Amino acid sequence: MIVQIIYKALLSSIILLLSLVVAMYSTLVERKVAGWFQDRHGPNRAGPWGLLQPLADGAKLFFKEEFMPNSADKFLYILGPSLTMFIALLTSAAIPWGPDLVVNGTVYPLQVADVNIGVLYIFAILSIGVYGIMIGGWASNNKYALLGAVRASSQMISYELAMSLSIITIVMMTGSLSMREIVAQQQGFNWNIIYQPLGFLIFLICAFAETNRAPFDLPECETELVGGYHTEYSSMKLGFYLFSEYINMFISGAVMATLFLGGYHFPGIDKLGLSPNVFAFVSFMVLFTKITFFGFLFMWIRWTLPRFRYDQLMKLGWKSLIPLAILNVVITGVVILLNQK
Amino acid sequence: MFTQYIFHFLSIMALFSAVMVLASKKPIHSVLFLTLAFFAIAGHYVLLNAQFLAVVHVIVYAGAIMVLFLFTVMLLNLNKDERSPKPMWVNFIAFVAGGMLMLTLIGIFRGYDIKAAHDPMISQIGLVKNLGKILYHDYLIPFELSSVLFLTAMVGAVLLGKKEQI
Repeated sequence: MIVQIIYKALLSSIILLLSLVVAMYSTLVERKVAGWFQDRHGPNRAGPWGLLQPLADGAKLFFKEEFMPNSADKFLYILGPSLTMFIALLTSAAIPWGPDLVVNGTVYPLQVADVNIGVLYIFAILSIGVYGIMIGGWASNNKYALLGAVRASSQMISYELAMSLSIITIVMMTGSLSMREIVAQQQGFNWNIIYQPLGFLIFLICAFAETNRAPFDLPECETELVGGYHTEYSSMKLGFYLFSEYINMFISGAVMATLFLGGYHFPGIDKLGLSPNVFAFVSFMVLFTKITFFGFLFMWIRWTLPRFRYDQLMKLGWKSLIPLAILNVVITGVVILLNQK
Repeated sequence: MFTQYIFHFLSIMALFSAVMVLASKKPIHSVLFLTLAFFAIAGHYVLLNAQFLAVVHVIVYAGAIMVLFLFTVMLLNLNKDERSPKPMWVNFIAFVAGGMLMLTLIGIFRGYDIKAAHDPMISQIGLVKNLGKILYHDYLIPFELSSVLFLTAMVGAVLLGKKEQI
């Protein structure tokens, strides 16, 4: 029992550390990718290939002046970024990162919490993710920040619906709400994306909207709103907002890989005859590669597509994605029913 | 023993935030405290081994309804305490009504014979599989009827919102 608790604590710390480091280096990769797309070098002064750039940025943010508007609601102003960071880090608990480790005959699952409602847990985190932005935007007491916060929340509420509807098809096919079970059923090349291409597309678009990434980054649209919900923030509080966006990117990549791209499965990998622990490591690397692909996709699209207009965003969400998602649910239901008979 | 501590912690949190909903001056603080109370109650559901109920509670109340509340309060910008002081007789009626509710609740719980606390881990009713089976086998018609009720409410809300154009 004690060993299990220590193991869980260790695992969750490693996952937290991993998400933070990945998010840190995503900022560098983002700028490198932007440089590559725009035919320039990107950051290359701090360390070889600019590898120390994230550290330099972090140090700079810590030493910047802490600024707090006079008219701000002090407590909520600090709560906003903290909450955003906290909620961004919560999701990783339900994701299965690899097959079980076996040490001295004891099985150690590579998942912090194998709750039987893992999918709903992720929904719940998604739906409360909006609080940090709303509280921060409101507490700044600035009209641009408030507008950004209101935009963010209405965007997230709207796209949450289509997102949930697209996951329901996966739940219908799998017959389980457990993330572990969903991954287990995609063994080999039995990936959900093959059966649910439309669902995957809807989920992907909604993931962009939920993480406030371009082309849906209207909450921080510089040309209209100065800086959106974080206009009044400086120093590491701003850093938390910017940083949690990259954590969200990493986690949503992990969720997409888990739900649609077979999680840590890859065809032929279980036939190599590896020992359980090596197998777990290789499987984890497979999952990580898939997440990296999604991370690159996020950046690729950011530097390719222009930003949507707000009415276009709402029209896309309510009039295209939700009807399509409902249609997808109906079709999946009919196919499942026909297959049973 | 460990769950007992969690139970006490959650209960204190729920009661404290429920009181603060009423006591805070700014409407936005009230809304946030209400959200906190919902989270505490969701924690209680987890302790009762009803994870499905807990997570649905968070999704529906904390995730949807309270966000809309927050939204409305922010947009109306009820920053200052602009609630007009109510006349004395309204306060009096509210006091009597609330007191009667409290008396009724006390009466119910005094008469309620608390049986030996059964282990919530044995009752598996809150798990999604059992709940789904009961909802879709034993209570199918009431369940579907309630969904129709929700649809009616939604259509009604849209209709009210579009009043001018009809």
